Amino acid sequence: MMEKTENIQKDIRITAPLSREQALELKAGDSVLISGVIYTARDAAHKRMVETLDQGGDLPFDVRDAIVYYVGPSPARPGNVIGSAGPTTSGRMDAYAPRLLDLGLRGMIGKGARNQGVIDAIVRNEAVYFAAIGGGAAVIADSIKSMEVIAFEELGAEAVRRLEVVDLPAIVAIDSTGANYYDIGRRAYLAERDGAAGDVTDAAGAGEGDEV
Amino acid sequence: MKQIHVNNITEAVKNSCLEANYRLPSDVMNALETAAASEPFKPAAGILNRIVENHHLAAKGVYPICQDTGIVFVLVELGQEVHIEGGSLEEAINEGVRQGYGQGFLRKSVVGDPIQRVNTGDNTPAAIQWRVVPGDQLRVVIAPKGFGSENMSRLKMLKPSDGLQGVEDFILETVELAGSNPCPPIVIGVGIGGTFDLVAGLAKRALMRPLDEAHHDPYYQALEASLLEKVNATGIGPQGFGGKTTALAVRIEAYPTHIAGLPVAVNINCHAARHVEFTL
Ligand code: SF4
Repeated sequence: MMEKTENIQKDIRITAPLSREQALELKAGDSVLISGVIYTARDAAHKRMVETLDQGGDLPFDVRDAIVYYVGPSPARPGNVIGSAGPTTSGRMDAYAPRLLDLGLRGMIGKGARNQGVIDAIVRNEAVYFAAIGGGAAVIADSIKSMEVIAFEELGAEAVRRLEVVDLPAIVAIDSTGANYYDIGRRAYLAERDGAAGDVTDAAGAGEGDEV
Repeated sequence: MKQIHVNNITEAVKNSCLEANYRLPSDVMNALETAAASEPFKPAAGILNRIVENHHLAAKGVYPICQDTGIVFVLVELGQEVHIEGGSLEEAINEGVRQGYGQGFLRKSVVGDPIQRVNTGDNTPAAIQWRVVPGDQLRVVIAPKGFGSENMSRLKMLKPSDGLQGVEDFILETVELAGSNPCPPIVIGVGIGGTFDLVAGLAKRALMRPLDEAHHDPYYQALEASLLEKVNATGIGPQGFGGKTTALAVRIEAYPTHIAGLPVAVNINCHAARHVEFTL
């Protein structure tokens, strides 16, 4: 369900699996809260999944409209669902991501820039790349309500997990049109800084009363 | 000669691993809070506030600061008048890591062989830098090091003619290439001089100096400040989404070098700049 408003600071609630319609509404720079079912996979799991596909096998979850989260959580304390669970560097998954996107993967959550091959695959498949705050792992852990290992258990932290999440905070880093917030955000800051270069007081005042 | 039993070392290493992964030291917390308060770009200030909130939550002791609880970098400064009794010092340190990472529900992120890649299951061995120093104390710094930032580090053998300009260019190029990957805001450790092997160790050791402790040499103190300004003029910003706060600090360690060389190493750390030290 979408609650899009004019206010860019307001969080947009989305649900996973992520429909094409939801994906198309998201714009680079939007703050989102993700709820629903997502799947975890990082380096070793991606390698195994692609090997499985090469051998004609099936992926461990239904990839259509799915969101994959690049994370290797720390172990859960007794009585807890999971340990800390922040994003890992997405660039290491760039070699595998287009293959999954072409099979219907709708979203990815990670941190850091993606290469052109991934951006092209995002546009081709009307998908979205979300960035979670790297090193924001404790806050994210709080949004995970259930966790189940569904494949490659022997990979430990790198196993594929099914997570139920409520209001997992993230930012739309690359939207379905290929707009890239890593470029847009940086340019916006530099423009604001250089535009305000003559008036330092104003530039400092712009930071007051903020909250994302 | 002072005697230190290995069991005391194991215990102190274990406690330091637990402390380091749940409670960010005050020098880093203060730097983050100051940055959040003075960041002029609104979205960036919002991200910095989220990071501060995360570290406060971690300090409650349920979730570690980051899921990447790192490979444990250990700086050992062993006083030459200390005698270690009861076993191997190296094994005592690794045993402390093993116990800390087990008891603390910390992620085991070490593979036993870099090519064959089987997890050792207990986060050992640690990455230890040894130094023998005058005196009768054993000083140890425990710094769990995440690889999102470690992977963005670089080393180059510059020519003497490249000079300070060459060093600065290499640092800024490294920050630019790292971009959003090392979870900015970052802390930048720079080693200059020595040899190929030494310069990387210098960069790592530079990261061990608390952020509120100035360089003892006024020349490098000024260079650290001017480099920080240049890094923060790039606009990369928190998480790479634009802003002033790309780095919290630049730390430099220099060492004599050969007339024909100018080695430089840049070791990048993230805002989760965990470090705890103890002295026995
Ligand atoms: S770079 Fe640092 S903050 Fe980012 S995921 Fe790694 S350890 Fe955590």
